[in-house]
Amino acid sequence: MKKSKVLMIIGSLLILGLFAFPLWNITLEAPQYPIPLGMDIHINKFSDTHEFDIKNINLMNHYVGMQYIPETIPEFKIFPIVIGFMAALGIIFGFIGKYKLYLVWFILISLLGIAGMYDFYLWEYDYGHNLDPNAIMIFKNPDGSVMGFQPPLFGSKDILNFTAHSYPRTGAYFMFVGILLTFIAFFVGKKEAKKK
Amino acid sequence: MKRIFKSIFLLAITSSLVVSCGGAEKGKKGAISGNAAEKVYIAPGEHDSHYAFISGGFSGQLAVYGLPSGRLFRVIPVFSQDPEKGYGYSEETKPMLMTSHGLIPWGDSHHPDISQTAGSVDGRWVFINENNTPRIARISLETFETEEIIEIPNSAGNHSSSFVTENTEYVVAGTRFAVPFPQKDMPISEMKGNFKGALTFLSVDKEEGHMDIAFQLRMPGFNYDLSHPGRGKSHGWFFFSTYNTEESNTLMEVNASQNDKDFIAAINWKKIEEYVANGGGTKVPANYAHNTWNDDEHTAKTVMEDEVLVIEPSEVPGAIFFLPTAKSPHGCDVDPTGEYIIGNGKLAAQMTIHSFTKMLKAIEDKAFDGDAYGIPIIKFDAVNYGTLEQPGLGPLHTEFDTRGNGYTTFFISSEVVKWNIKDLKIIDRHPVYYSVGHLMIPGGNSQTPDDKYLVAMNKITKDRYLPTGPEVCQSAQLFDISGEKMELLLDFPTIGEPHYAAGIAADKIAANSVKIFRLEDNKHPYAVQNEAETKVVRKGKEVHIYMSMIRSHFSPDNIEGVKVGDKVYFHVTNLEQDYDVPHGISMIGAQTSELLIMPGRTTTFTWEPKQVGVWPFYCTDFCSALHQEMQGYIRVSPASSNIEISYTLDGDVPGEEEEL
Repeated sequence: MKKSKVLMIIGSLLILGLFAFPLWNITLEAPQYPIPLGMDIHINKFSDTHEFDIKNINLMNHYVGMQYIPETIPEFKIFPIVIGFMAALGIIFGFIGKYKLYLVWFILISLLGIAGMYDFYLWEYDYGHNLDPNAIMIFKNPDGSVMGFQPPLFGSKDILNFTAHSYPRTGAYFMFVGILLTFIAFFVGKKEAKKK
Repeated sequence: MKRIFKSIFLLAITSSLVVSCGGAEKGKKGAISGNAAEKVYIAPGEHDSHYAFISGGFSGQLAVYGLPSGRLFRVIPVFSQDPEKGYGYSEETKPMLMTSHGLIPWGDSHHPDISQTAGSVDGRWVFINENNTPRIARISLETFETEEIIEIPNSAGNHSSSFVTENTEYVVAGTRFAVPFPQKDMPISEMKGNFKGALTFLSVDKEEGHMDIAFQLRMPGFNYDLSHPGRGKSHGWFFFSTYNTEESNTLMEVNASQNDKDFIAAINWKKIEEYVANGGGTKVPANYAHNTWNDDEHTAKTVMEDEVLVIEPSEVPGAIFFLPTAKSPHGCDVDPTGEYIIGNGKLAAQMTIHSFTKMLKAIEDKAFDGDAYGIPIIKFDAVNYGTLEQPGLGPLHTEFDTRGNGYTTFFISSEVVKWNIKDLKIIDRHPVYYSVGHLMIPGGNSQTPDDKYLVAMNKITKDRYLPTGPEVCQSAQLFDISGEKMELLLDFPTIGEPHYAAGIAADKIAANSVKIFRLEDNKHPYAVQNEAETKVVRKGKEVHIYMSMIRSHFSPDNIEGVKVGDKVYFHVTNLEQDYDVPHGISMIGAQTSELLIMPGRTTTFTWEPKQVGVWPFYCTDFCSALHQEMQGYIRVSPASSNIEISYTLDGDVPGEEEEL
């Protein structure tokens, strides 16, 4: 089998790692939490880093009027289908073996990825800004507007007594490596085609 | 200029050294050498290397300290009510204090001993005895809570307790005050020959730790003072010291101190165990409480037991012997190898060291010197390894290091003496302040003492601390025993009377310490899993409140329809599942204690309102930034009122919110 085909198929298979490993993680550090509170985001669920972390994040956040982290969100139904479909499509493209299809797949998944991140941002924004007007404590920005508590999309940020960290997890690395392999598959495939 | 400063500085240091050394030589107050502070200093946030479980004596409790810092971490309520924790006041914990005499609110705790596996302390449970109303308690070292208390029938002054065998097969209880067995109405003066001393062996379940009285030996009516198990080669035997072999019943300070020698009773429990397994012994009616705590139901229950298996020494020939031991021995201690049995003859000028090997040979050779009530007395020379002459005055208790040395407390001469067992030579002596009772080396009652530290527990403190009126603090002292000479490191105050202690390396316990109780495992009949389940139910004159607490409110927090003359049960569940977030609750006018409720636990207290009005309750443990707001109201109407029970949180009935 041609090298590009192998790369394409392996790359597509790797994104299935998202079914086994969390995609993203948000961790909250505070003086009273020597063991930080954390939440893993999978493509189909939220889960505690340590048992009961989400319950305790909710308890902390209710003081400033933030909503509870929902049990489930509609994305958890869509994401697994999209990822499953893309993996299958990538494998089919790999067997077809046309390098231009690899690029099509790469562009498609990149667009989906950007859409996913944007969706995540929107959720985070809402989570951090859609506050209960009867909140126990309301903090104001220097300009008088109500302070939001949106966690960072990527990176670390101080929010009141907490430091919030938002970083990709194992599942995301599987996806990145997989996508990178399909991108390489495109160039390798192109080279192989030229040789013919 | 700089130089001058430097030399002045050096001079200052040097002179301070000279001064402190001078103090050390004088012995008394400044006996702490330069680096002692460093040896006991645990930096903020750092942990101690050892746990010390020090009996609270007449407080009835067990206190947990860190070594080497001597810091007090927790007082575990065991035999006495503790209003701070609701122990003995809450409906769930009251059964723990039940006895055949009813609920006993106070106890006299004495000798903690940690469970063992293969001759080493394993950190699963600590056992402790109550002297006054004879009982033995088992405390979990996962929750640091009392899990079981069993009353010892036919016994009085449960003192030679609660020591465990090297695989925790048994924990023992022994009678210090001989009594009629079974109890009966008879003249005190007819004590001699008619009173008995029960020695009780309690089996311990390997998995759960549950205790049961396996058998009781009906021994002669002496006072059985202390005991220790054989270990290694002597595993299978237990040794009890006795005094008042005179069997006197009055002015005992004189009359119980007439015999030049009393006995150590050597008991081959393996042999008796075999006898019992083959159907030996007689089941005798008895009446004693057996209280067990259930961590799923968060509740204790009392079962009154009605019989006990009694064995007369004469039924099992060759299982029980008396070893003559110098005058009124207190501690009866076995070295880590199991070879030496040491009688700390508290009224003698020497210590008696018996040899286990010699004892076996003497039994084989029948080297006896008569008998006492049919129990053979082994000839002193046939069992004695030697005596430690003039070691000090009033020896009480010996523990051991792994290098063949014993460390003995001397009450009258107020010192700890280090001596070599084999050579019977004194190596070092150090004064203690004052009148030391027992001492503790972590793992001391095992084959593997962890011999870096020694804690001496003193009976008298006098001028060692700032005065606090006629009653001054109780105190223990920490020594470093890793070197040839013992080094005094620290004085630290204790709760109650620091009577006796057991210690263990921290890493054998710390990792297993429970952080929360899982709410979903809570099987308490009045538990709630969430706020929607909270409610108030009237049952005649009883009102049951199924209440929840979570940062930072109760549910429900407004209750009406309670009447004067009702008995209100607050069944309160802490819905938290986070480490170190207990909530408390108290109610104005409740004739009981507050409750301090750990995450995931349900606890109940009662309130019998006597006055009409609107009465508040509130959280007593500073739980969060909104702790001050964690409160509620109950409206109490006259007995004749026909107001129905109603209850709300934020204007809604809990659980009905969604339907609206």
